[in-house]
Amino acid sequence: MALISDLAAQAAQMILVLSLAPLLLGFTRKTKARLLRRRGPSIFQPYRDLLRLMRKEVVLADNASWLFRSAPYLIFAATWVAAALVPTFATGLMFNWSADLIVITALLGSARFFLALAGMDVGTSFGGIGSSREMMFASLAEPAMIMIVFVVALIAGSTQLSEIAFHMLSHIELRVSYGLALIGLVIVAIAENGRIPVDNPATHLELTMVHEAMVLEYSGRHLAVIELASALKLLLYVSLIACIFAPWGLAPHGADFRGMAFGAVAFVAKLAVGGFLLALFEVSTAKMRVFRVPDFLGAALMLGLLGTLLLFVSRSL
Amino acid sequence: MISLRETMRGGREIEQSRPWPRHVIDHTSWLRAIREISKGQGDMLGLWSDGADVHMLLLDHGSSDIGIISLECPNGSFPSVAHMHPPALRLERAIRDIYGLEADGSSDVRPWLDHGRWGVRHPGAKPEPSEASGDAYAFLAAEGAPLHQIPVGPVHAGIIEPGHFRFSANGEVVVRLEERLGYVHKGIEQLMVDAPIDRAARLAGRVSGDSTVAYALAFANAVEAALEIKVPRRAVYLRALMAELERLANHIGDIGAICNDASFSLMQAHASILRERVLRASRLCFGHRLMMDRIVPGGVVDDLTMEGVVALHALLSGAKKIIPRFIDLYGDTTSIQDRTVGAGFLGPELVKQYACGGVIGRASGRGFDARRTPGYAPYPELSFKVGSAHAGDVDARVWVRFDEIKASFGLIERILDKMPEGPIRIESLPEPSESREGAALIEGFRGDIFVWVRLDASGAVQRCHLRDPSWFQWPLLEAVIEGNIVADFPLCNKSFNCSYSGHDL
Repeated sequence: MALISDLAAQAAQMILVLSLAPLLLGFTRKTKARLLRRRGPSIFQPYRDLLRLMRKEVVLADNASWLFRSAPYLIFAATWVAAALVPTFATGLMFNWSADLIVITALLGSARFFLALAGMDVGTSFGGIGSSREMMFASLAEPAMIMIVFVVALIAGSTQLSEIAFHMLSHIELRVSYGLALIGLVIVAIAENGRIPVDNPATHLELTMVHEAMVLEYSGRHLAVIELASALKLLLYVSLIACIFAPWGLAPHGADFRGMAFGAVAFVAKLAVGGFLLALFEVSTAKMRVFRVPDFLGAALMLGLLGTLLLFVSRSL
Repeated sequence: MISLRETMRGGREIEQSRPWPRHVIDHTSWLRAIREISKGQGDMLGLWSDGADVHMLLLDHGSSDIGIISLECPNGSFPSVAHMHPPALRLERAIRDIYGLEADGSSDVRPWLDHGRWGVRHPGAKPEPSEASGDAYAFLAAEGAPLHQIPVGPVHAGIIEPGHFRFSANGEVVVRLEERLGYVHKGIEQLMVDAPIDRAARLAGRVSGDSTVAYALAFANAVEAALEIKVPRRAVYLRALMAELERLANHIGDIGAICNDASFSLMQAHASILRERVLRASRLCFGHRLMMDRIVPGGVVDDLTMEGVVALHALLSGAKKIIPRFIDLYGDTTSIQDRTVGAGFLGPELVKQYACGGVIGRASGRGFDARRTPGYAPYPELSFKVGSAHAGDVDARVWVRFDEIKASFGLIERILDKMPEGPIRIESLPEPSESREGAALIEGFRGDIFVWVRLDASGAVQRCHLRDPSWFQWPLLEAVIEGNIVADFPLCNKSFNCSYSGHDL
């Protein structure tokens, strides 16, 4: 019986992230449009877009290899698993114990690896540009992420997100290293999701694209799967930030249905806040020069490093 | 030594040419004139052909005199101007594509406007049928192990005009950019041949849709100069009002688009609203948002009603409140400043050599404005400031646009104050008893638009040439992007905002 309810809870988590991901994207776009005094498309538009792409035929380049065709599914699978590992409405779900933050980072790293390869597979110049830029950013974003994981792990005594969330809930305290890790994580999240000021998901300018340049050659269901994966990634990062820095409302291990329902409501509220803040930030800033992005990500790396150092100097910082 | 001015006034004078003299000169004087302009004694403002002769519009720096020199080409060729003065290169290639006149000694013999898809060669002179299968085009080489090419266009991801850009890049750094244009060639100059004036005026207004007022004004001024007509004063003021409204709408739209290319959409949102207000006021006043076909040779079509005056005053008072905040938003946002300052630098030497007009020239220290030199009515009666800067980067081009927006609002205010009463159009155009020639240089929002027209004895257009300011701006974009990074090209390109349609004609 316990196994069945655990399985059900885990399944609910996986379906929840998958079904809410396009909504978060739609909400962010809508908020951005309203902030710019535009009406904007409905918040359900991303679902319609996915449906439309699913129905369309796939156009493949003559020289596309098996990698190009399978990469979308690999990327999607890795991202979905990673998103399922982050506690959203409840901690201590079945899979939470089998994987920690480092696994999540590695899964996302693998997804990126395949995307960059797929970008170069067909051999168009834009794909190559996108992949090269993406790897340039990744070489700083990934170590920064790991440093931030270390900061959190040093405080909570674990890299398991459930344990971290539990620790955060039971020890509410203000620490300098929290602040550093939070800022660092936000920077990494912006870069990883290709949001302004690092990349502009809404641009039509081929020469400035990063993520979009890599997926320019994709169409039909391949593109739908990639789009869904990137929506999942955005949701993942918002949930991650919420889980570590605002774990309130998370249903503890073994909670009843009411606790979980409350957790789900709290989760949706957190997503809304996250999406709104993202839209607000994106509206108020311009995109930076491509070669400035390493400085930006370098700051995240330094913040992570500084956070770890502070914790070695004093456990209370 | 014979000065450029003396060369311009040498040879045989064509008496029907208005308002500037045209002289048919010999081979030696032609070469001397080229040498003088290549040394910087004057500007070449246009180079065109009517099928038989080649003509050059010159501005002498010493005397500020403007004149046209012509060279007869009985052998189907003329000494290349680009050989000593590179800005003429694309104009010469276009002359060969349309009229089949060869430029002797030119370093670049590739076609320019003709992509081999017209099904005809030399459509302006003696059309010869040809296959419309497309010509191969040899892009200039950039060799070296780390270099790779990035082809962009002519079909772009955004809704813009077609043009092909071939980048040779070393990683992110652009080593060479080569443009290929001509995709929107419409053959307007050929359509003008033997067209009655009213049809030709409509064609002129369709050379480049965003500059339709400026083109219609330039064409009307050229025809009126040829026929020696004086337009009613109220029409002159109404024309200036339309020209300033068009300038405003375009400059505001450009600033928004430049910021949007740096993903600063807030600025574009404000710009879109402002531009929309200008367009709606234009529609209310003149019945068309872009004021297409409102200016005709002999006057204007629509008179300004009291309702229009009220709308314009409302626009002005609204702008007084919004514009300073709009400018501050740009100036105070460090993230956008970080992108524009220092990006896309264009030096003053190139601007002088290419006689580059408009915002691009003025942002790099060339203060030329056709409203001042040679000047045309009613601008000498109105005080206004021409924007200027010396930094030559994207930021400078934005600030010059801001200056011109403020100046245009001021001009509209003064035009409304001084608007004379009276007729807006002369009854009918007189019929010339002989062939006449007219020319006009008008400041559009991109820079100086040049129109030259030759009318036949019945008053129909025999030949017309329309030169967009972009002819001298496109080549400079290639220079600006060299050594810059690939990702900054859209920003530099938008800060230029050259016309494809006006250039491809």
